[in-house]
Amino acid sequence: MTQRVAITGVGAVTPLGVGVETLVERWSAGDSGIEDGLGCCTEFEPTEHLSIKEARRADRFTQLAIVASDEALARAGWEDGPSVDPDGVGCIIGTGIGGMKTIEDQLDVLRGRGAEAVSPLAVPMMMANAASGVLAMRHGLKGECYGTVSACAAGAHAIGAGLRMVQHGDVEACVVGGSEAGITSLAQAAFEGMGATSPSGFSRPFDARRDGFVMGEGAAVLVLESEEAAKERGAEVLGYFTGYGATADAHHLTAPEPSGEGASRAIARALADAGIEPDGVDWVNAHGTSTQLNDASETKALKTALGERANQIPVSSLKSAIGHTLGAAGAVEAAATVLALRKGIAPPTVGWEERDEDCDLDYVPGEARTLESSGRPLCAISNSFGFGGHNAVLCLEAA
Amino acid sequence: MATANKEQIEERMTEALVSFGAEKDQIKRDANWESLDVDSLDLVELAQIVEEEYGVKMKEEDMKEMKTVGDAVDFVAERAKS
Repeated sequence: MTQRVAITGVGAVTPLGVGVETLVERWSAGDSGIEDGLGCCTEFEPTEHLSIKEARRADRFTQLAIVASDEALARAGWEDGPSVDPDGVGCIIGTGIGGMKTIEDQLDVLRGRGAEAVSPLAVPMMMANAASGVLAMRHGLKGECYGTVSACAAGAHAIGAGLRMVQHGDVEACVVGGSEAGITSLAQAAFEGMGATSPSGFSRPFDARRDGFVMGEGAAVLVLESEEAAKERGAEVLGYFTGYGATADAHHLTAPEPSGEGASRAIARALADAGIEPDGVDWVNAHGTSTQLNDASETKALKTALGERANQIPVSSLKSAIGHTLGAAGAVEAAATVLALRKGIAPPTVGWEERDEDCDLDYVPGEARTLESSGRPLCAISNSFGFGGHNAVLCLEAA
Repeated sequence: MATANKEQIEERMTEALVSFGAEKDQIKRDANWESLDVDSLDLVELAQIVEEEYGVKMKEEDMKEMKTVGDAVDFVAERAKS
């Protein structure tokens, strides 16, 4: 028998501020954290949260994850570490790139001052699993621990992997999430070079005027526990992960399969895993990147997987408010979904105005919408798709 | 390459250790690395600074012998002169 998985902690650092409540409040109010075409965490000052030693030994992507994890564990009542046997607490944190700034800085050192000047901290800072390792040390999490790397699906894959671990009883709890700090000169040039980012600097998911994604940075961390363990210790349950589905397009290195076939299979798998039909879905927190290709194929995928239900429910993209946080996105969006479901709302796709013939669903323009309740707990799916053809979909239920 | 006396070397090392996160008022000649929360990664960084500024190589086996700030200062001072 598999365990039902409760969410007992959540935390985030995003371009809308430090804290997950701030994120959802501001997104719901239609605020944007994007300035000059970038979604930077401008309110995040590492030294306000970390000692000198902690800060200088962590790339920004790890710093962001640390602060999000402190919030999530505090929310779970675990300020001083898990109250259960630490051997039974896992930690899985996804990232698209890892310590990009560290790589760039140390390459400058190598070229300017030679190999002997390269920092001994370079490897522990740039490795993509640094965040998971650092969080395990910081909070004393001694169960299974690693990073997931699947571009913009990494955060969702991390949650999916943690969900399975808890469902199967491998661990009693798992700290999961995603983190990214990829707003660096090389990464910006690279994404721009492949035509993925927006020349206009506007993030307009599903809007006819969309012209690419806006780079963002951030992190989100959630605490997953078996419902039984959470209730036993009297933890407040914030929501549930009820399903997970992941597939590959096996189509192209960067472009999504145009019909959304791979994505639709991931959605269908997530629903089947949750044991619900399309009419059990009340809201879609979309991947919605603001690229021509993603938003059109995601719309098709939703129609394929949800059928007529796709036309009846709101579909919003958080990337309209914070840009694309890459490997953090799946976790940031799942974290926002937990709180939005608690409030019973679908926040808006900020700035959506012009309908595109390929994007013809209800993208929640203008302001947040109250979700219609049909007597059962509200359910949402959170989509994440990554370069490489990675599709990961999570199914969430309100507590 | 700077020639330097013990005092200057200690001052420079203190500055480096503070930048690594050690508490300045705890950095004394007889302070050992554990008490300053200085680990092997910090020592490699310290060795890089020492080599760049004084031309003195601190090898891994040398560092194993150094237990305190004073040990490191003396090691560098002795070799920086020659």
